[in-house]
Amino acid sequence: MNNSVVINLQQIKKFYDMGGAEEVHALCGVSLQIHKNEYVAIMGPSGSGKSTLMNIIGCLDTPTSGLYEFNGVNVSEMNDNQLAKVRNKEIGFVFQTFNLLARSNALHNVELPLIYGGVSSSDRKRLAREALEQVGLGDRQNHKPNELSGGQRQRVAIARALVNKPSILLADEPTGNLDSKTGDEIMILFEELHRLGNTIILVTHEEYIAEHAHRIIRIRDGVVESDENVTNRKIINATVS
Amino acid sequence: MYFIFEIKEGLLIAFRAIRANKMRSVLTTLGIVIGIVSVTLMATAIEGVNRAFEKSASAFGSKVLYIQKFPWVSGEDWWKYRNRKDLKVEFADYVTRQATLVDAVAPAVSTVKDARYGSRSVLNAWITGTTHAYQEASGTTIQEGRFFSQEESDGGRPVCGIGANVAEKLFPSVDPIGQTIKVGGYPYRVLTVFEKQGGLFGAFTSDNRIYVPIKSFMTQFGSHRDVTLNVRVAKNADIEDAKEELRGIMRKVRQLKPAQEDDFNINEQDLLTRVFGAITGIIAGVGFFITGLSLFVGGIGIMNIMYVSVTERTKEIGVRKAIGARRRTILFQFLVEAAIICLIGGIIGLMISYPLSLIADQVLPTAMPLSVVFIALLVSLLVGVVSGFLPAYRAAKMDPVDALRYE
Ligand SMILES: Nc1ncnc2c1ncn2[C@@H]1O[C@H](COP(=O)(O)OP(=O)(O)OP(=O)(O)O)[C@@H](O)[C@H]1O
Ligand SMILES: [Mg+2]
Repeated sequence: MNNSVVINLQQIKKFYDMGGAEEVHALCGVSLQIHKNEYVAIMGPSGSGKSTLMNIIGCLDTPTSGLYEFNGVNVSEMNDNQLAKVRNKEIGFVFQTFNLLARSNALHNVELPLIYGGVSSSDRKRLAREALEQVGLGDRQNHKPNELSGGQRQRVAIARALVNKPSILLADEPTGNLDSKTGDEIMILFEELHRLGNTIILVTHEEYIAEHAHRIIRIRDGVVESDENVTNRKIINATVS
Repeated sequence: MYFIFEIKEGLLIAFRAIRANKMRSVLTTLGIVIGIVSVTLMATAIEGVNRAFEKSASAFGSKVLYIQKFPWVSGEDWWKYRNRKDLKVEFADYVTRQATLVDAVAPAVSTVKDARYGSRSVLNAWITGTTHAYQEASGTTIQEGRFFSQEESDGGRPVCGIGANVAEKLFPSVDPIGQTIKVGGYPYRVLTVFEKQGGLFGAFTSDNRIYVPIKSFMTQFGSHRDVTLNVRVAKNADIEDAKEELRGIMRKVRQLKPAQEDDFNINEQDLLTRVFGAITGIIAGVGFFITGLSLFVGGIGIMNIMYVSVTERTKEIGVRKAIGARRRTILFQFLVEAAIICLIGGIIGLMISYPLSLIADQVLPTAMPLSVVFIALLVSLLVGVVSGFLPAYRAAKMDPVDALRYE
């Protein structure tokens, strides 16, 4: 395994000022490092701060304090355009609610990061098709999100996250809105993506899903409760799909 | 390169958004449509008035000066001019002899009389007494026949030239040349029919006039009259130089001392044009302000709907930002949308006002100038960009995580 650090968090805190004296402490000093080609599951009870952490890692949110280095670069010193570039090129984010553009078909949804990345039109179509084929949706390019099943929508979202070949894939409860069978199919996909060399961080409530990962980080009340490698890791055979 | 993608993507999104909200877009556009219709019609009307004026003013001739007791345009006391001495017919000869920068000088006196031919008549026609030099001095164009000669003029022969309207009324079916008409009861043989001039200044054109030798005019219609000297400036002479020369000659004729001010005026077409320009300028200013207000209201409508659009699509903005859209990209996206809505409004507005301008053409010699079309489109684009800016800016500066969380 390549040992270079992709994500380095030191004492990350996130407080929400609710007005008056009230303050919500979503993260109270999280420190962790994630290396290239790791497959990490983040677990914890509801409200423990998992999504907050993922949003910070995905450069969608900024911490109240603490150091965040992405590939060795201090994220808090980046300006808006640089952050946009990191989100575009380095991070692939998969949401629980898919977050596809309803009016665009699958292909255009997947093309979007390439458009924002300034990729030429012909390359764009090819890369987007390849990404869709990779998630098994080569034949659904022209379908709009409302013409796709939940699992298919999440595959489109994964293709979109992958299409710019990011350094890391972030997935916040990607199976949360899916039934367990469809969820398993998505997990097989992640398994495969990991095998192909992608670095993955995945938030989940389900113990059995977390067991696909190499490493499980448990969070409670905004702090890391435990961080351990999985010894007898479950591997789903990718040929099931 | 990147910018071209942004434009293409912006256009695509804009068209999708507009198509998804057809009714709303149409209603929003209405404000712009009304604004553009009123502004372009205003511009067309002003253009029409200007053209009508230009056409009319050309009846005075661009190189013709009018030496008169009264100025054409003045804010001052009428009595001051009233008390000036009348100009005399003899001045014409004197000016002709003295001036070097003029081609022709013709004195002219006018009155109103009825003209008859058989059972047909023109009541209150303008009768002008002048000399053979008039045609050259005034630059009027002859439609048919010839103007009276020096002999006829000097001899006070009973011959006349008639304007186009007079000819039409007296001779609907007969060739006027050679016919004898009665002017104020006196017989005159028609030698000339002038070309129609048209325009706003009907009484001043040749159209409603009958020209007779000044000598017979004086004996038949009275000689105590104020004379106008029509002066044709020489082809290659500067009009201002000619004016200066004429002024000197006239001052000499009137025996004015250096300290005395002129007791005559040298009028010209340009004077009218300038005054008219100032008046239409004010009308245009007020008109464009008022019609511009409707465009402004339309712009506010656009701003309002763009705010709605931004709020509705907060989540979409979050998604776009999450996958790498920059602030500028989002800003641009909404600006393009607002601009396109307005541009469509502008085009619809032009499609309405263009046929209306053709109807207006029946009243005024107007046509919607091409420049108005371009300016209208440019203005609607600008209204879109300006009124879309604040909503677009709000969208652009949204925090991705807040936008994504928006329900
Ligand atoms: N914008 C916000 N304003 C105020 N408090 C917030 C905000 N976002 C999150 N929080 C609070 O921060 C804490 C952590 O929220 P977070 O969404 O990270 O939890 P989570 O671990 O993802 O929970 P779940 O498993 O239910 O998704 C919660 O107590 C939540 O109420
Ligand atoms: Mg969460």
